[in-house]
Amino acid sequence: MREIHVNSIIDTIEKLCIDANTHLPCDVKNAIERCRACEDGSIACGILDNIIENYNIADKENVPICQDTGMACVFLEIGQDVHIVGGDLTEAVNEGVRRGYANGYLRKSVVKDPVRRGNTGDNTPAMIYTEIVPGENVKITIGPKGFGSENMSAVRMFKPSAGLQGIKDFIIETVQAAGPNPCPPIVIGVGIGGTFDKAALLAKKAIMRPLDTHHPDPYYADLETEMLNKVNELGIGPQGFGGKTTAIGLNIETLPTHIAGMPCAININCHVTRHKSEVL
Amino acid sequence: MEKRVQLPLTEELAKTLKAGDTVLLTGYIYTSRDAGHKRMCETLAKGEPLPFDPTDATIYYVGPTPAKPGQVIGSAGPTTSGRMDAYAPTMMSVGARGMIGKGARLPEVVEAMKKYSGVYFGAIGGAGALLAKQIKSSELVAYEDLGAEALRKLYVEDMPLVVIIDCEGNNLYEFGPANYLAQKGN
Ligand code: SF4
Repeated sequence: MREIHVNSIIDTIEKLCIDANTHLPCDVKNAIERCRACEDGSIACGILDNIIENYNIADKENVPICQDTGMACVFLEIGQDVHIVGGDLTEAVNEGVRRGYANGYLRKSVVKDPVRRGNTGDNTPAMIYTEIVPGENVKITIGPKGFGSENMSAVRMFKPSAGLQGIKDFIIETVQAAGPNPCPPIVIGVGIGGTFDKAALLAKKAIMRPLDTHHPDPYYADLETEMLNKVNELGIGPQGFGGKTTAIGLNIETLPTHIAGMPCAININCHVTRHKSEVL
Repeated sequence: MEKRVQLPLTEELAKTLKAGDTVLLTGYIYTSRDAGHKRMCETLAKGEPLPFDPTDATIYYVGPTPAKPGQVIGSAGPTTSGRMDAYAPTMMSVGARGMIGKGARLPEVVEAMKKYSGVYFGAIGGAGALLAKQIKSSELVAYEDLGAEALRKLYVEDMPLVVIIDCEGNNLYEFGPANYLAQKGN
């Protein structure tokens, strides 16, 4: 049994919150630059150049890439042979977020009640997703999630008879309905299977997965490529002003499901798709 | 073709701007988003004056990150304008002609733009670090308790924008993708 003190969790989360909001991951930058090279819309090329210049400024000056520094989505993969000592794990995660958002000059965008509102002032609570895995490490991933894109996400409980075509149509329909609102070019996370809630979690995991990876099953890997190409034939383009680059990535995650159902969730993210991990 | 636009946004100036124009905007603008708009419209409903003169004014829908020491303002890109649709016609009715944001607007807003010669500009969503560089000064005007949503007066220089909807109701979100697809089809 390995012991990990909550203080090292707090410090790591503080650092990851700042890093994730300041430095766009390489897989996302590469995807944007690849799309810029293929773009043929006139306003579109200028917009993509500005987007590239923007993340370069953020890198160089250590400032947030986007002013919506998001809700802090925190994924914890906790080894079953780890013993967390020195305090409450949930409180430690929130303390890390609190410090990161204060010391990193990040925006506090969380309200304490969904209906009655009221800013919590420190960007807590974090949205925490825990998973128990074999081993004696803790892997922490932070994905600050903006809501311009989160608001355009959707979940649908399909009949199995809807089949693959039902899912394909749902992806196109959701991207069309989102239009210019999620700051295209976007990243699309698709979760298929499991239960109502698990499908949504899969979709969120899909947007956290690096854009240069594919689903391990070639059936879904091919579907990722096919649907990304289809989305990029819609003409929405960067910022919705017209162009080829509507999406820079589309990842699919799947799980087995019930004989009577085929849940499908689509989580929309923007070109500021942020994720940073560290293993303790 | 890039147009240089010097504020305030008079009716005459508004009429020269066409959907699809790329502009560099210079002058004073005001910041406000959800909570600020709600408060301004409540103030107007009570028959009280706004904390700034809305005549020919331009409002930027933004909630910036806190400024780091030495910065004028933190990252400051646009937020989704649709959430201000409920308030925008009221704001235009008292003279606030320009709006800067991102994303689609309701038909009611477009109708009000035609009536009051309003202009809807798009700033690049997600380019907060870049846009902050064009903001040369920032001054708190009111609603400090709203934090990132406080009402601020900014001086911007050559802020890169695109006219999305002009005062005749032409909408780049409609004809931009359609034109692109038509051109591809040829
Ligand atoms: S959707 Fe993304 S890029 Fe747009 S404002 Fe929100 S976080 Fe920023």
